Amino acid sequence: MYPKELKYDKEHEWIKVTDDVAVVGISDFAQDQLGEVVYVDLPAVGDEIVAGENFGEIESVKSVSELISPVSGEVVEVNDALGDTPETVNEDPYGDGWMIKIKMGDPAQVDDLMTADEYEAFVAEEA
Amino acid sequence: MTEDLLSTPLYQEHLALGARIVPFAGWEMPVQYAGIIEEHKAVRASVGIFDVCHMAEFRFFGFDAFEALQKIITNDLGKIAEIGSALYTVMCDEDGGIIDDLIVYHTGDIEYLVIANAANRQTDWDWITSHLPESVESVDESDRTGLIAVQGPRALEVIASLAGDDFEPPARFHIAEAVLADVPVLIARTGYTGEDGVEILCHIDRAVAIWRVLLSFAEVTPCGLGARDTLRLEMGYPLYGSDMDRGVDPISAGLGWVVPKAKTDFIGAEAIARIREAGPQRKLVGLEVSEGVPRHGYPVLHDGTEVGKVASGTYSPTLEHGIATAYVPAELSAPGTELVIAIRRKQVAATVVRPPFVKQTSLSVRPS
Repeated sequence: MYPKELKYDKEHEWIKVTDDVAVVGISDFAQDQLGEVVYVDLPAVGDEIVAGENFGEIESVKSVSELISPVSGEVVEVNDALGDTPETVNEDPYGDGWMIKIKMGDPAQVDDLMTADEYEAFVAEEA
Repeated sequence: MTEDLLSTPLYQEHLALGARIVPFAGWEMPVQYAGIIEEHKAVRASVGIFDVCHMAEFRFFGFDAFEALQKIITNDLGKIAEIGSALYTVMCDEDGGIIDDLIVYHTGDIEYLVIANAANRQTDWDWITSHLPESVESVDESDRTGLIAVQGPRALEVIASLAGDDFEPPARFHIAEAVLADVPVLIARTGYTGEDGVEILCHIDRAVAIWRVLLSFAEVTPCGLGARDTLRLEMGYPLYGSDMDRGVDPISAGLGWVVPKAKTDFIGAEAIARIREAGPQRKLVGLEVSEGVPRHGYPVLHDGTEVGKVASGTYSPTLEHGIATAYVPAELSAPGTELVIAIRRKQVAATVVRPPFVKQTSLSVRPS
């Protein structure tokens, strides 16, 4: 449910780091809590993102949630496919349901994030 | 949770089905099981069942019941002179403010059953009984009445196979006695989804048995309040508390069709006639947006000025875009008028449309 190669934050985003680029999405727990996703509002390529701040929104039929970035940096790619098929976030949250790729300004921020085991414990406490 | 919430006899069934439970109108109710969109589509394509045991049921009996209720409701009770027929209506205060919307069933020569919103149970009871003569007997049957809605194009097939060969389903907006799975019930051909279907009334202790036998059909999907809301809003059916309340009259709410012009002797008649004569200043309209999901309370703008707020808003699973209702100035209420909804930071174009948002269903007619 929580892939080991990813890191997680308390807002239920995950990131996957390759060199200085982080792929960002939301966790399986988050998509399940949200329910069927009907709309994802993402930033544009080139936007500057700040760790801990809102970078977009995700909506289900019943609710809307802010997307909070785990790291700071510049958006280098956006998953535009979610515009037409937002339900991919439910179906494949760690794969095709990714949201943005960030070229990190401060890769050390990754060290502050949770491992899969830590996140699992965090979710168990929150649920 | 500090608030004392009520639960229906189906509560344990919901938990066993993996429902997500939310507080609603003082009750712990399932908002969804598998997912709102999946449940919504099951009702449009097949059959969905809903626990609506929280709703209020009142029974009125007596030789003066017709005359007394006729003074309380806006619609013409004379339309359901035939025993077994039913009527959608509102009841208003002297200023024309809507106290609640109701369905009145003519269940016996001098007997009527009223189904009302759960949140308004006490208000409605106090209002109605305070306007009844002593000769009319009133019973609040809510605590001992179970109510399960069975909705969808195949709902009647399911009911027919449970009720046996002799069963003749009631016509639309009619109610009839039946026996389902050895349980005596009332079957009302009414609903809140825009699909054909029924609402089953039974003794509260038998609700679990009815629920389980319905779920034994492969084509039946359990549905929560989430799907109930998206289904009703696609049809433009108003929801008390969102689309109407004590502060609005039926003409402004688009419910002029439940206030016959010829009927003059009922509570609120004069106020409503004045509003009808002058034309309402604000009207409830339907709005469609191409992006984002409008939600209750979001500002509606015209030329950069706020002209109203979203009353009901959701994502339409059938149309796959956002739909909403809002009270706007009458001069901005014509279909085709271009408005804007502020969906948080974004300003989204919204077009006024005449509900229902979804035109083709197994019913495709408005309740009358």
